[in-house]
Amino acid sequence: MLRGLWKLTWVEIKIFLREPLGAFGTIVIPVLVFLVVGRLVGRGLPASSLAADSFVQVGLPVLASVLIAVSAVLSLVTIISIYREGGILKRLRATPLRPHTILTAHVTVKLILTAATLALLVLAGKRYYPVGVHAPLLSFTIALLITTWSILSIGFLIASIVPTARFAQPIGAFILYPMIGVSGLFVPVASLPPVLRGLARVVPLTYAVSLLEGIWKGEEWSAHMIDVAALVLVFVVCTALATKVFRWE
Amino acid sequence: MPPIIQVSGVRKSYGATVAVHEVTFEVNEGEIFGLIGPNGAGKTTTMECIEGLRTPDRGSISVLGLDPFKDVYKLQDRIGVQLQQAQLQKRIKVWEAVDLWVSLYQKKAIDGERLLEQLGLTDKRGAWFMNLSGGQKQRLFIALALINDPEVVFLDELTTGLDPQSRRAIWDLVRDIRERGKTVFLTTHLMEEAERLCDRVAIIEHGRIIDIDRPENLVKRHCPERTVVLATDNPIAEERFRAIPGVEKVVRTDLQFSILGRGDDLVTAVIHCLSEHGIRVTDFRTILPNLEDVFLKLTGHSIRE
Repeated sequence: MLRGLWKLTWVEIKIFLREPLGAFGTIVIPVLVFLVVGRLVGRGLPASSLAADSFVQVGLPVLASVLIAVSAVLSLVTIISIYREGGILKRLRATPLRPHTILTAHVTVKLILTAATLALLVLAGKRYYPVGVHAPLLSFTIALLITTWSILSIGFLIASIVPTARFAQPIGAFILYPMIGVSGLFVPVASLPPVLRGLARVVPLTYAVSLLEGIWKGEEWSAHMIDVAALVLVFVVCTALATKVFRWE
Repeated sequence: MPPIIQVSGVRKSYGATVAVHEVTFEVNEGEIFGLIGPNGAGKTTTMECIEGLRTPDRGSISVLGLDPFKDVYKLQDRIGVQLQQAQLQKRIKVWEAVDLWVSLYQKKAIDGERLLEQLGLTDKRGAWFMNLSGGQKQRLFIALALINDPEVVFLDELTTGLDPQSRRAIWDLVRDIRERGKTVFLTTHLMEEAERLCDRVAIIEHGRIIDIDRPENLVKRHCPERTVVLATDNPIAEERFRAIPGVEKVVRTDLQFSILGRGDDLVTAVIHCLSEHGIRVTDFRTILPNLEDVFLKLTGHSIRE
């Protein structure tokens, strides 16, 4: 069955890149935005400015990563619901393919594309970015994979319950974007109003941001075990729920 | 030889709606078996229970000696399936779909390229699925259903929405499948399709099977009426026709006569009468009942309603 998984993953990558906005939307645009914002912030503020340094060195990479992960999840939600509506999932199920193989293939596609986009970002950053960045890239990549995995499972849960493909994108955005808002990505959780701070504590993305920022800054994994545990918990709960309520047609 | 498919007392409901009440039948090796009935009669539900895609509420099913529910993956490996109104990824290429399907089966798959050639898809092998015509899509789905050299092929409403020419081409393909020694199980609401393709048919309505047999036997059993239509200006003809054994009714319009009777001997009897009395005719044809009439008789309404 491994052969089927690999073939399906590869075919899905090719199909995705053939979409009119596929490669451009998910890979080129984030890299462009990253470069433009990086340049503007880097130039507009004196090089010694602490705010600029902190944003460029920590905020921006994490922001970019989270946005990429979230857009990957949104596109996963949309694809799954389109496949369900078109009977593609059902057709695939009428083969010896195991259901989880089909789902794993889609998750793998998203992980690969996320990783590719990120690699491009790092390359682009190295080449053009004014500020020297010395982040532990391997650890950060692992942290980002854990994060993406966890958010993908939320995506799966959404994909399992959205009624039609038309609602998939808006519902997904409606759930995920507010999460980004309170996650500490734009405003530190500590300076949020109390109500939102409470909300931030139950939103999985908060832990993702905390983990990503920490690892990027070079903190130890041991300092972020709670974040990892929270993300794993989200993954386990969402996956379990999704497998219960998932509809093939 | 034990039957390839055994369905016994199967019932399936969706919430309060009972799609299949009670269905029992067998499919033998090497035959084309058709489940025929109007839309919503329970054809697809029955078929999908047999394919292992749905679980019946009651009853038992055995396909190739396997339980479609418990041994679904073992079964999927040995059967080929074409689903009603299925789609593939819009931008998957024809050869990619074939290549992907080849990789899904444990069994050694047959040569995909040759299959494409047989189905007339070779020049479309690089085309995206979304750019294929309806007939080409159906042929691709047949190719995917045959890719693992299956022992049983399931075809659900194979030619719905196709033009007559594509339909005929696909009928030939289905006959080819049988020639290769495969068993074919198909559903259709087209009586002509059932009549031309199927060795045996089961008529299903409201989730119940009304009758099962060879199409010609069903016609013989339920619709023994025969009609001979002929034209003659011979003044004594009508009287002679009424005297033919087995004739029940003679309807005359101008010079045209419709001779109604029962049984296969009616036509011979009419011809005999014509030659015996030297009656000259300018037109002669027979109207024989078909499955459509059988369906009308058994259900009280046409299959198209």
